[in-house]
Formats: sequence, structure tokens, C-alpha cells
Amino acid sequence: MRRWQLASFVLFFGLWELAGRWPVSPAFPPFSNTFLALVEMTRDGTLGKAYLITAQPLALGIVLCAVAGIAFGIGMGLSRAIEWLSLPVFIILQAAPMAAIIPLLTYMYGIGLTSKVLAVIMLAAPVIVMNSYKGIRNTPPSLLQMCRSFQGTRVQEVVKIVLPHAAALVFTGLRLGLAMGFIGIVIAELLITPTGIGDLISYHGSTADYPKMFATIASIVAVAAISLHLLQRLELRLFPRD
Amino acid sequence: MKTLLSLIVWFVLWEIAGRLKLSTIVPPFSAVIEAAIEIAPTEKFGKAAIITLRSFGLGMALALVIGIPLGIVMARVKGVGRLLGMWVNIFVSAPISALVPILMAVVGIGETTVVVTVFLFAVFVITLDTQVGITHADRSLVEMARSFGARRHQLYSKVLLLSALPEILAGVRLGAIRGVKGVVIGQLLVAIIGVGELFEVYSNNFLMEEFWALVVMVFLFAFAVSEAIAALERRVEYYAAAR
Amino acid sequence: MTEAIVEVKGIGKTYDSGVEALRDVNLSFPKGQLSTLLGPSGCGKTTLLKIIAGLLPRNAGQVLVKGKPVDGPGPERAFVFQDFALLPWADVLRNVAFGLELRGTPRPEREEVARKYIAEVGLKGFEHRYPAQLSGGMRQRVGLARALTVNAEIILMDEPFSSVDEQTRRKFQEDLLDLLRHHQKTVIFVTHSIEEAAYLSDQIALLSPRPGRVSKIVRPDVDHSRSPDEIRRDRGYLDTVDEIWGMLRQYV
Repeated sequence: MRRWQLASFVLFFGLWELAGRWPVSPAFPPFSNTFLALVEMTRDGTLGKAYLITAQPLALGIVLCAVAGIAFGIGMGLSRAIEWLSLPVFIILQAAPMAAIIPLLTYMYGIGLTSKVLAVIMLAAPVIVMNSYKGIRNTPPSLLQMCRSFQGTRVQEVVKIVLPHAAALVFTGLRLGLAMGFIGIVIAELLITPTGIGDLISYHGSTADYPKMFATIASIVAVAAISLHLLQRLELRLFPRD
Repeated sequence: MKTLLSLIVWFVLWEIAGRLKLSTIVPPFSAVIEAAIEIAPTEKFGKAAIITLRSFGLGMALALVIGIPLGIVMARVKGVGRLLGMWVNIFVSAPISALVPILMAVVGIGETTVVVTVFLFAVFVITLDTQVGITHADRSLVEMARSFGARRHQLYSKVLLLSALPEILAGVRLGAIRGVKGVVIGQLLVAIIGVGELFEVYSNNFLMEEFWALVVMVFLFAFAVSEAIAALERRVEYYAAAR
Repeated sequence: MTEAIVEVKGIGKTYDSGVEALRDVNLSFPKGQLSTLLGPSGCGKTTLLKIIAGLLPRNAGQVLVKGKPVDGPGPERAFVFQDFALLPWADVLRNVAFGLELRGTPRPEREEVARKYIAEVGLKGFEHRYPAQLSGGMRQRVGLARALTVNAEIILMDEPFSSVDEQTRRKFQEDLLDLLRHHQKTVIFVTHSIEEAAYLSDQIALLSPRPGRVSKIVRPDVDHSRSPDEIRRDRGYLDTVDEIWGMLRQYV
């Protein structure tokens, strides 16, 4: 496994290096330049500071989304009435390009933290809600019958069977929600007002410092990939699949 | 249908909220519908729609033409699967919109960037799901076909692709949804063409009825595309369970 | 004649789809004996068992336990599921104690009882394993231990050995008889295996399909004091099997 991973990295970065050196466009720096830019930006702290700024709306948005989204998803799963009212809306929201509404956020809430938090929430909420909902709905009927056969009450059914079973999908929803959150914060920072990572990208883009621009972009992709990968490992640990 | 009833309730609530002027940015639902009817036949909208559909179509076509074969190769050739697998997995959940500024710098500000954006948004999930579908294609079906002397191309056309079709279609549907997001985001970032431009114009000029009309139309489009592919999925559903 | 601890009178069941699953079923189940519901797929035997358990509503008739009509599940009846129905996130100990947990029995007490039955079904040492780490046969032992732990007089078993391989199945059947005799439970058992029914049962109710009806009641002439292998070669056992097959083959 390790050997293939290494080969994979080498292949990717190797191709990148070659592509960069090919005189296609001055805006496409080779891997080596990008890597050096990355090191420089980490060293002088600009990258760190940018992440600190970007992390705020992302973390805030995800936490709010998680609490409200999971609660709502569970509500949808347990109550047929709530499900009837909300399910069609969330199905549409999952397919919809929520990014279209972001310009509106700027209008309503200005260019500050609120808009960005809302952007994260808007993109992450549908998937968190839907996964929590599915976790509740997909409780194996056999387990529910078993609970009834031992004269379990409805409350016991929900607390001891439905909720623990839903936990796995809720976690998946959170992981996918975080992925959407990253997407949301990047779009927000590129569209609303550049701050943090978005600022670095736009600034270096406008000053034509492409290695630094690329390095920033690569770093956010890497940060997203690593955190999601870690979450997935955690998920498999907590909820082993048969 | 129950779903329709639920949506009607929402439209009614929207109408009431709009009439009561609960929020400056929410006009009554009827006003939004009126605006939709007004702008739909205009030339401006027509042009924007065509550009958007064109970018979407091209980007998706590229994603299908590259994604599906790539997924097949990744599933059937162990080495390729292992080399590329990690990257496909990374890019499936990565914030691809971060790459758009690069595209703008390299490819320029225009439709090409949007097409590439759509392509990048859609291709990874299509590749991944195709790979999964082919990998999990029933081994015993493959053995059975071989035992009756099937040649390689027959194996693909008569067994593998059909067996993997449910997963492939699922991947295409997800890819299409992402593609719509891609075309909107791409156009918003590029800001001078298509519906992305219209969104900016409407919100900057506080033309709320038009803005929401456009939102509704784009959302409906995304939903329609998703449902169209879901209909295809349902047609192959009958054998998905029996594999 | 031993008294009946469970009786069903005039049971009828029609599904929402319009399919009539059971029609006018009348049976009595003697106390302390193992009775089997046997028949081909679609004859309604699992439906009948779940009606007796109180897990499915019936459209007609009555279920009487110790002379009194019952409507839902009760503490005197415990169910063993075909697909085990174990909580995947709980260990064996918690799964076995689950019935008592639902009743509010304090933890130390219910775990003590659970441990006893875990040992009795032969799973001593596995208390802290999880279902995913157990084989099918072991999972079913957990299901059985769970049913025994609540100290119900009547145990209802829905094709408990069908998800288990043949060798494990045979051993299971032998162990089951030992266990039940020791605890003097009444068992109502559902199976589609004629050999299993003939081996285990004191009484077999043959059900014919569409709609489910009792076609015959057979009392196997089997001497359970002999060793398992002797029983399987015994005349009475083999005759019973033939007799039943003769009656059921028309439905296949």
C-alpha cells in the first residue's frame, strides 16, 4: 500500500513539474516553484494567519449547522409531519446550486463574518440534515420488532435503538457537511470579500505571483483532504462495518 | 401526491411572507412568478440561458467521455486504480472552486473557464462511481460469461457495463448536480457571462423579484436534470437488487 | 393430556395487499412441550408465530395464554429471531441482558442473570465480544440466551437455525433439547425442515399454504432418551419424516 501511495505522489508531482515547465502559460508554475512558495509562506506566517481567519467562519458555521442540522434531521426522522413538510425542500436543496444565493447574503449581511458563516451553513446544512434523517429512517425493522417483543416502550425504542443506530449516518453527514463547509468558505471568501485564504489567493493572483497563488490553493485542497481523511478513519473506527 | 401538497404549502407561506413584507429581500411568490414570466422571453435572458446550457452541456459531455472510461480502466487495471485512486478520492470532496482563480489566470476569463469548471466539478464523482460499479460487478457473472467463451469486448458490452449501470448512473446523476453547481459558481466567479452575471446584476440592483425568479428557474433546472437521470436509474433498478 | 399453555382459536390474518395469510387456525400448545409449525414457504407459519408473540395484529380470532386472551407482547413470551436482531453496537453481555434492561432491572442484577445464561448456551468468555466478531451460530446463541434471561415460560423461535450451516445446526438442535428440558420451557418453533421438526418436536402442526390452515397434527414417535445419532436412525423418526413429506409434497 505504501509503495503505491508514494508512486502516486511522485507521478502526480512529477507531471505537475513537467506541465509547469511546458511553455503553455506563465500562470501555471511548476511543482518546485509552488513548493518553495508554500514553504516561504508557512515560514513567514502569512499562511498560518490566513488559516486562522478562514477557520473562524468555517468552524462556527459547521458547529451551528451540526447542532441545528442533526436535531432537525432527527426530528424529520421521528415525526411524519415534519418529514412531510421538510423532505421535499431538503431534497431540492441538496441538488440546488446554493452558491447562487451568496451574492444576496452580501447584500443582506454585508461583507463580514455573518455572511461567511451563513454561506457555510447554507451549503453544509442539507447534507447534514438528510443524513441524520436517513439514519433514523433506516433503522432495521427487525431491531424495532425485537424491542417490542420484550415490551419496550416507544421512548426506549427511540433512545436505545433508533438513535444509536442513526449515530453512524449522523457522523457520515457531519463528514460530508465539513466537505461542503470547505467548499462554502472558499466560495464565500472568493465572492464576498477576500479574507484569510481567499484573500491570499486573490492578492497573489492580482499581483501575478502565481507560485504563491497556487501554493495557497494547493494548501487548502490539502487541508480539506487531510481533515476529511482523518474523519473517515475515525468514522470507520467508531462504526466498524460488518 | 403528498410531495406536491407540501410544496404548495411552502408556496403559500412564501406568498404570505412576501405580502406581509416580513423581509425586504423576500417578495411575494406571485410577484416572483410574474417576474419569471416576464424575463423568460427576453433576449438578455435567452442569451444567458444559452451560454449557461452550452457550458453545462460541454463540461458534462467531457466529464462523461473522460470519467467513465477512466473509471473502467481504474477498475480493471490494478496499477492504474492504485495510482490514481488516491487523487480521485481527494478531488471528489475537495473545494474545487479554489481552483477556479487558477483557471481564470491560465485559461482566461470566459466560457472556457466555466466549461473546465463544470468538467472538474463533475468528473471525479463519475469516475469514482464507475470504478466502484465495475469493481463490484458480479464476479460470478464474469466467470459465467467466460465459461461460455465470451471475448473481451463482449465481456464489457454484455456483462460488465450493464452490471455496473446502476452505479454509473448514480455517479452521473451526482455529477450532473455538481455540474450545475459548477456552472453557477464558475459564472459567479468569472462574473461576466451567463446566469452568473444575471445573478450579480439582479442582486446589485436590488431587483429581488427577478433575482428569486432566476433562483427558482436554476433550482428547477438542477432538480429536473437530477430527476431525469433518476428516471433512467429507476429503469435499471429492477435488476440492481438481484445482482 | 398435558394442559395447554397457549391456545389459538379461529385466527385469521389478511395483509393490506389483500393476500389472506391465515384462515381459521385452531391449535393448542401443551405446557412444557416443543411444538412446531411446519410447512412450505408462504403457508403463514411465521405470521402465525408473530401473532402469538403479539408482534403482528390479527384480523380474527383469539390468542389465549394460560386461559387469558392477549393482544400484544407479554413477559411470559420471549421471541428468538431468524436474523438474530442483535444490537451491533452492544457487546454480548449487554445484548443478552437487553430484555431485562428494558424492564428496568438494575444493572448488576441483570448482568448476573445474563452471565449465567451466556455460560449455559456455551458462550462463556465471549461476554465482551461484539456481534460483528461472532459467527452466525454464536449470534443465534446470544439470541437464545437473551430469550432465556427474561425468564419467560414460553419461547417462540422463528426458523432460528436457518441462517446457520448444517453442522452447526445439528449441534444446536441437540443442545437446544438439553437446555429446554433443563429449564422446562414451552417452545413454539417454526421451521421448513422436516427432519428438524421430527427430531425436536413433541407435536408438529402441518400448515398448508394460501391461505394458511392447519392440515394435520402429527406427534412423532421418537424416543428422546436415546442418543442423537440413534434417534436419527430410529424407525419412529424415519417414519414420521416420510409421513410428513408425503403430506407436504403436494404443495411444492
